[in-house]
Amino acid sequence: MSHALSRVNDVSEPVIHAAGLTKVYGDTVAVGGIDFDVPPGESFGLLGPNGAGKSTTMRMVGAVSTRTAGELSILGLDPDQHGPEIRAQLGVVPQQDNLDMELQARENLLVYGRYFGLPRRVIAQRADELLAFAQLEDKAKSKVDDLSGGMKRRLTIARALINDPRILLLDEPTTGLDPQARHILWDRLFRLKEQGTTLVLTTHYMDEAEQLCDRLVVVDKGRIMAEGSPSALIREHSTREVLEVRFGSDRNADAAKRIGAIAGLGERIEELPDRVLVYADNGEHALAAVIESGLEPVTSLVRRSSLEDVFLRLTGRSLIE
Amino acid sequence: MSSTTARVAAARSRGEGSGPRRRGGGVRALYAGNARSVVVRGLVATRSTNWIVVLTGVVEPVFYLLSLGVGLGGYVTGVTDPAGHPISYAAFIAPALLAVSAMNGAVYDSTWNVFFKMHFGKLYQGMLATSLGPLDIALGEILLALLRGGVYGTIFLVVMTALGLNLSWTAVLALPALLLIAFGFASIGMAITSYLKTFQHMDWIQFVMLPMFLLSATFYPLTVYSEPIQWFIQAMPLWHGVELVRSLTTGAIGPMLLVHVAYYAVMVAIGMVFTTRRLRALFLD
Repeated sequence: MSHALSRVNDVSEPVIHAAGLTKVYGDTVAVGGIDFDVPPGESFGLLGPNGAGKSTTMRMVGAVSTRTAGELSILGLDPDQHGPEIRAQLGVVPQQDNLDMELQARENLLVYGRYFGLPRRVIAQRADELLAFAQLEDKAKSKVDDLSGGMKRRLTIARALINDPRILLLDEPTTGLDPQARHILWDRLFRLKEQGTTLVLTTHYMDEAEQLCDRLVVVDKGRIMAEGSPSALIREHSTREVLEVRFGSDRNADAAKRIGAIAGLGERIEELPDRVLVYADNGEHALAAVIESGLEPVTSLVRRSSLEDVFLRLTGRSLIE
Repeated sequence: MSSTTARVAAARSRGEGSGPRRRGGGVRALYAGNARSVVVRGLVATRSTNWIVVLTGVVEPVFYLLSLGVGLGGYVTGVTDPAGHPISYAAFIAPALLAVSAMNGAVYDSTWNVFFKMHFGKLYQGMLATSLGPLDIALGEILLALLRGGVYGTIFLVVMTALGLNLSWTAVLALPALLLIAFGFASIGMAITSYLKTFQHMDWIQFVMLPMFLLSATFYPLTVYSEPIQWFIQAMPLWHGVELVRSLTTGAIGPMLLVHVAYYAVMVAIGMVFTTRRLRALFLD
């Protein structure tokens, strides 16, 4: 695959520019005026819970949904006026696979290439390269139905690359996959990133965002809550470590109050239904202080802060509910 | 939430964004000139799965012709071609069955097939993420239906010739006529299907098709009806198709042919406009 870097002439010009981007369905505000820019070659993430407006944003960026208000420019073009031209340069991996069930795996790639009006010989060559990239060479003649979930996902990604896109849009790329399939997929996406493909992905998995995204925005209820690299977001909105203690469902609330009363312990305490989170720069010290105060947690865990904690801090809710 | 709504309203009234807010960039947003790729997709899919459906479409009208035309037809006399010349019963119903098979093939392809692809296969969603526009898809699917209708029609015409039921050289023109009939039905069928939400709604189509098949001067002349009913039947699309094909296979050429052709041209146009509009609303909201 002859990928991106060489084609990117002006590094300063963003490939996606959104300002005050808004989508309203009837009385529902799905996206309530968001701003972001994606420079070429960046791996950009939208992190948020279900219903945050991520998919709607992706559909607008993918030029298959018209915005209600605001500015949007993809590769310098307005999707309202130049939908087909923009889509010709995008690769789209939708949230739910929409592979052609009546065709074999390789036929899916061939036929999809034809939709872009590409010459047959070019498509045939790319299809073979992409099957290899997706590690599906021995499945070329399989029906889509006979592929596993992870294989279907990889085929969908291969299909999205058939037109050698300048931007690859991935909506929840690993949702519903088992851990092993997820890791294979991340590896493939990481290779694309190394080759300089601009990736835009939505996810509600913080580990995915941390692995794949150079920069991300945290979205909730159609608005951007924070923006930055994963590590910067964690630095800015959370402590270095987190102590998780469980006391049993009935006793968590009471324990949280008592922990809160311990002087000098951590920056912040979050009480969740099943556990209490103590945000502290040194989790072991915090744990020692909790035990010293006479509390007896059933289990305890000290870990590094993650984007999950950032989200909890910003919205007061968990990412996966 | 309310502040956002207010902002949206304000943005709408100001026409914020790049210039005045309008939907889409005209025809170029609807049509990429690549309906062919949709046809190619259909052929590849047919090659691997659907050929049995294709086969039954050929056999069905031949059975009707043999049982009703040749069998029952031996007891029936007194039917005429559209110009009033007496002809055999088999020669009377054969062109009607031909028109009906064009209708059935086109309607099957443009309703059941399209409904499935739209709601379960998510095929169109994937297509519209490429440079294809909704008009490419509508045209491509309809061309595919025509291609199939053309194959059915050719085979049936050959059978008719073998049985001596083509009474004039103008029967050759029945083939393009069939394609026009199929185009009209496919276009309207796809437009209607694009508005249907559940399988139950699909029954309505059958509810209209069956009486039209039985009553549109298919098996007996229009003159058996009283005048108001004649008017009603003549307003139905299948009657025009039956008369068009029957005129051509029997050689009863007259100015009415132009009316039949015009009827189908209007059907095609209306169907295409609504299908394109609907696909756009569904998938490019």
